[in-house]
Amino acid sequence: MLYRENGQFKTRYGDDQQIFPILQDRWLVMALIAFAFIGVPMLASEYMFRAILIPFVILSLAALGLNLLVGYCGQISLGSGAFMAVGAYIAYNAYTRVPGMPVVGAFLIGGGAALLVGIVFGIPSLRIRGLYLAVATLAAQFFCDWVFARVAWFTNYSASGSVSVPTLTVAGVSLDTPQSKYLFCLTIVTVMALAAKNIVRGHVGRSWMAIRDMDVAATVIGIRPVTAKLSAFAVSSFVIGVAGAMWAFVHLGSWEPLAFDVNRSLNLLFMIIIGGMGSIMGSFFGAAFIVVLPILLNQVPAWLGVPISTAMASHLEFMIFGALIVFFLIVEPHGLARLWSIGKEKLRLWPFPH
Amino acid sequence: MGFFLEVVLGGLMAGVLYSLVALGFVLIFKASGVFNFAQGAMVLFAALAMARLAEWLPELLGFESLLLANLLAFVLAALIMVVVAQGIERLVLRPLVNQEGVTLLMATLGVTYFLDGFGQTIWGSDVYKIDLGLSKDPLLVLGDLFEGGILLNRDDIAAALIAVALVVVLAIFFQKSATGRALLAVADDHQASQSIGIPLNRIWVIVWAVAGFTALVAGMVWGSKLGVQFSLAILALKALPVVIVGGFTSVPGAIIGGLLIGLGEKLAEVYLGPIIGGGLENWFAYGLALAVLLVRPQGLFGERIIDRV
Repeated sequence: MLYRENGQFKTRYGDDQQIFPILQDRWLVMALIAFAFIGVPMLASEYMFRAILIPFVILSLAALGLNLLVGYCGQISLGSGAFMAVGAYIAYNAYTRVPGMPVVGAFLIGGGAALLVGIVFGIPSLRIRGLYLAVATLAAQFFCDWVFARVAWFTNYSASGSVSVPTLTVAGVSLDTPQSKYLFCLTIVTVMALAAKNIVRGHVGRSWMAIRDMDVAATVIGIRPVTAKLSAFAVSSFVIGVAGAMWAFVHLGSWEPLAFDVNRSLNLLFMIIIGGMGSIMGSFFGAAFIVVLPILLNQVPAWLGVPISTAMASHLEFMIFGALIVFFLIVEPHGLARLWSIGKEKLRLWPFPH
Repeated sequence: MGFFLEVVLGGLMAGVLYSLVALGFVLIFKASGVFNFAQGAMVLFAALAMARLAEWLPELLGFESLLLANLLAFVLAALIMVVVAQGIERLVLRPLVNQEGVTLLMATLGVTYFLDGFGQTIWGSDVYKIDLGLSKDPLLVLGDLFEGGILLNRDDIAAALIAVALVVVLAIFFQKSATGRALLAVADDHQASQSIGIPLNRIWVIVWAVAGFTALVAGMVWGSKLGVQFSLAILALKALPVVIVGGFTSVPGAIIGGLLIGLGEKLAEVYLGPIIGGGLENWFAYGLALAVLLVRPQGLFGERIIDRV
């Protein structure tokens, strides 16, 4: 009734190529973005910002980066934590060693370094795939863990092995309140999500999907697997690297290599499986789900009057994640994003059955 | 010289432990083409079951004997592992039959998380120990050959013996029993074995049961050496490079790969560690696996089933 494209005639090519061809979709997304930028900072409490909103926004970006590689290009990676670490530590070095380095500049340098590392560890993908690639990316994970724990240069010779950044200042504004941190992250994420959406709509993204669906056929129609795969590794690692730098600088403040261990990689992979592989929207759904679930698990039993211990809650969290992964892989391999689009399809016809 | 030999032997002993886990990977991969990421979680689960049962049973039934407790716990834990393995096969992998390898890998990742949480929920999450009643005094051998001789741990020797026994049992099972031969046939060619009347579903159930049993043996040996705790599941990740080096489809490959990695790791730690910084052990195995992947993707002993891109 309300949500349908009747009467919206497309008279120019530009109309046909919009990200959201349906007017109602555009309004909805605009309203969502406006709410995220204006409404949320007015409504949310400080706890909400620290525990939910900031981690959600940053991890969405990381999941988005991983989704470009796994969901769009079909190259599995268990090493995304390593790329986040590269982004964080290189950004840290750029920020502390170069006087007057702006924060965004440091983030871009961190992302660039992650891009290079991603290409290096993406090279095995030219010869192997699937399970074998999983082991190659795990190698990246363990190697980076070791480098950042052992090579003192990266931690600026700090005695404890953990590093920290002072309060950040962006364009003359000091990021000392949770609101300002949130808005800063949200701006970066919005820009990068828009860029990612346009990359996957364009010829680069289409070549990734062709390689994912059938690499031999893709090669036959003239897509170079080398370029497609390495560009997927490069773009994905860049995005993950920037997310890693944000995670370290904005969310953690001070961190050590353990913050980016193999569990972080698996966590990101779970986000995109649950959220939906091959979907920008899905990365956000998945991140929201995985950030909120542990908090709910800690709170809900207390509200219901059956308090459980924190150890029990963390075991439950493991079990629920595991069961959900299997459930989604069996029942809905395209994740929450698919449910979202099914909902939209149904809404277009509502209230008629056909 | 004595020190070098000690390092070599220590490495080989650690390698035996990796081989035990890798065996489980290879069995399942050969028979059903599933890369079972959850093997490590199964090892942890089995070790937890064994440790806790050996602790509870004597209290429950009122006897003292350590041997009897261990024996009963082992049998019970084996039964539990068979049930767990079949559960995984039934509930997770059967609905996903014929899916891509990557999907199956992610499914077993989910199983890993579930088993880690489930195991710690029902068995507890502290550090437990499995006491096999072995003396901890090191054994001195070749004392007259070198000055100082070589020190060997008795539990290392026991671990090696158990591993050898397991391999022998598996070899006999595969070569002599009708079921074992059916397993080999399925591993070789699914369709051909189906056409001569081997029920694939039953074979898969059996393979998973055998893998569960292997996990129990590995868990028992590791648990008695290192204590049963969550980090076992992480350590078991080391079995991945082992199967890459040895080859996914080869049982001897799993064993030799494990020994190679255990050995290389220790040698690198002792002789390279001081030069480029300690802690090499954490990634050496993966580095080696990466090198093998680039040069010889099927591993040292695997069949060339990998599709080149």
